[in-house]
Amino acid sequence: MSFLQTLTGKRLWRGLHVDEHKEATEKLPIRRMPFAPLLVIPLSQHNGAPAIPIVSEGQEVVRGEPIANAAGFMSIPMHAPATGIIRKLALAPSARGDLSLAIWLAPYDSASQEILYGAPSDIADMTPEEIVQAVQDTGVVGLGGAAFPTHVKLRPPAGRTIDTVVVNGCECEPYLTTDHRVMLEQPAEVLYGARIAMKALGASRAVVGVEDNKMDAVAALRKANGGNPEISIESVPAKYPQGAEKMLVKVLLDREIPSAGLPSEVGLAVFNVATLAQLGELLPRRGGLIERVVTITGPGVRKPGNYLVALGTPLRWALEQAACTDRVSSVVLGGPMMGAAVGSLDVPITKGVTGILVLEHEVSGRIHPCIKCAACVGVCPMSLNPSRLGLLAHKERYQEMETDFHLLDCFECGCCSYVCPSHIPLVQYFRIAKQINRERKARV
Amino acid sequence: MTASAVLEVRTSPHAHNAMSVEKIMGHVVFALLPICAWAVWLFGISALALIVTTTGACLATEHVSCRLSGKNSSISDFSAIITGLLLGLTLPPGLPLWMAALGSFIAVGPGKMIFGGLGFNVFNPALVGRAFLQAAFPVAITAYTPALALGRFAEFIPSTLAWPLMKAAPVADWITRVRIDAFTGATPLMLQKFDHISTDPWSMFLGQRAGSTGETAALLILVCGLFLVIRKIMDWRVPTAMLLSAMAVAEAFHLSDPARYPGPLFVLLSGGLVLGAVFMATDPVGSPVTPRGMWIYGILMGTLTVLIRFLGGLAEGVMYAILLGNAFSPLIDNITQPRTYGQRKKAVAK
Repeated sequence: MSFLQTLTGKRLWRGLHVDEHKEATEKLPIRRMPFAPLLVIPLSQHNGAPAIPIVSEGQEVVRGEPIANAAGFMSIPMHAPATGIIRKLALAPSARGDLSLAIWLAPYDSASQEILYGAPSDIADMTPEEIVQAVQDTGVVGLGGAAFPTHVKLRPPAGRTIDTVVVNGCECEPYLTTDHRVMLEQPAEVLYGARIAMKALGASRAVVGVEDNKMDAVAALRKANGGNPEISIESVPAKYPQGAEKMLVKVLLDREIPSAGLPSEVGLAVFNVATLAQLGELLPRRGGLIERVVTITGPGVRKPGNYLVALGTPLRWALEQAACTDRVSSVVLGGPMMGAAVGSLDVPITKGVTGILVLEHEVSGRIHPCIKCAACVGVCPMSLNPSRLGLLAHKERYQEMETDFHLLDCFECGCCSYVCPSHIPLVQYFRIAKQINRERKARV
Repeated sequence: MTASAVLEVRTSPHAHNAMSVEKIMGHVVFALLPICAWAVWLFGISALALIVTTTGACLATEHVSCRLSGKNSSISDFSAIITGLLLGLTLPPGLPLWMAALGSFIAVGPGKMIFGGLGFNVFNPALVGRAFLQAAFPVAITAYTPALALGRFAEFIPSTLAWPLMKAAPVADWITRVRIDAFTGATPLMLQKFDHISTDPWSMFLGQRAGSTGETAALLILVCGLFLVIRKIMDWRVPTAMLLSAMAVAEAFHLSDPARYPGPLFVLLSGGLVLGAVFMATDPVGSPVTPRGMWIYGILMGTLTVLIRFLGGLAEGVMYAILLGNAFSPLIDNITQPRTYGQRKKAVAK
């Protein structure tokens, strides 16, 4: 990229360059992980109402068979990830640390048969409403980590028209390579998924944004796209957190999503590439989402890779397959910047898990007072003032943080904490502040 | 992995760029050492004794204040060393050591620790110490001695070892004995302001002149500052804004009355402007955090420096300019809050 392009081209102005650590897995093809002896499928692994179970203890199910129905529009169904027997409906640990209701399924040995319940369909013959219903039936949610039901995004609030579908192939989180491998290995499915979304939304074009550390994926997508002018594939200079949808639409289309608003307010709908790949694969044959690609990596595993994992696989099983070391200190779901550490290895892999980062030790520097070095102000992609927010949090002036310094616009990307030389856990302060403000409002 | 393995649960992010306060402060100390070395070469063992005294006294003050307030000593963050080095570098090389020690105590005690230590002080501690000395000992702090004096490595400047509250040692006799060429003790700023004698800019750039211990070598200070900018320890905006605005204001004065006001190059290279702009105005604790605020802050200090020099009674204005800049810094921050993504209005500070 020439100097002039660097100055004038599309790029993220703030944010930061992080150590990527992607080399451990980016060249490794997606491999299927064997079924765990017991799969645990939580009824709530998405944003929205928990699914309603339709199976009972002792019942035999076939891979792909619906086992829970969507509880209304803001919900999704669940499908059996393997052929086997329902052991129980009982509480199971979740990544958040609490217990939630789950279906416990014991797969039969060497059961690989899969059943498809819907009739195969072609989107050319379907109305947008039929597509939205079909997407909900697949149980697909945002696979980039948000786990927001995809069909809900396909029906924007009345009065809003979507002109462009934005396809997010940034994968700016360090370590993670699932989206990269999906784009390389399933470019046609990604693009077909984009066409499904365009058709459902009535959008005339789609823009795929891929960071320039994955030029092979850009080439694969362009090849699969042929000369289709409706879909353009663009590379953008790699920088964290470009994969956040607010950042990506700003970079690609120079549109700014209003505070507390949705992309539909500026005529956009944003989908992750892995989400669209699943849609592109599942919708034509009316299958259900039963597995997903998960990058298992980090210093604590000897066999890092991009694994196609059955939903409900407990972390312990997944880590054993990836040959984790005996010095594991923490296990993070997602990437190092925004991922959540889990307190138990009995937590199952759900639809929103992009990766498992296994660390052998987390370093912690000595915490000093804020020296107002302004490093956080320089990197905050939302142009907040984390320094001031941190000082206010320290003084427990939480309301002021929200009313005067836009606390709620922080999406916890972690840039400020990452650069803070005083090692102040700024993002943690902000989470606490938001929670306290929520509780205060709930009391009023 | 065993079933009983204990997992650590921390909140994200689980990564850090390995920058730390110790690393920042250590880099600044490192960048100040060449300037100290130059000062010692220029002014001899008196300068060395002065810098060692201020640094030692600052460390001692910080350590004792921490202990008195029941906290762990914070001297390992190196910030007291920076204060000590900077204070030493801004004082005349022949200043009595007891005054230097007293100034160090004021710098770190009332200047920093009384506010709560590193990060909480309003003003640059080294300059608080120097401002105190300027007010308390106006004669001693303007008693400059010539650079490159004969025998400067063998004997102290007589005033250096003066006892508290005793009659001042005879420095004038000493100067006539040790000076080489035409070097006198007067700084270029004093010569210009009070005697209307100009000094060759090239010798000021290279630093062979009288002045405060560490302020003389503009070139060396700029190189050391550049090192900090390249290592991403220091923001380039504040020194750039301060130096350029000082030159611009000086140019305006110079154009209006060339005989009375010196040109921008002289203003840049004389006095402690470069040292102040690079190492003291950039002290993050006293600076705004917003990029626009840094520009305003730098321009404010650059302008004030020249106004004090040209219109005030003092020969040098950098110290008060920076202290005033520190005072305005929170206000500047409040009026330059960035516009948050997705918000129509800026953040408002009350």
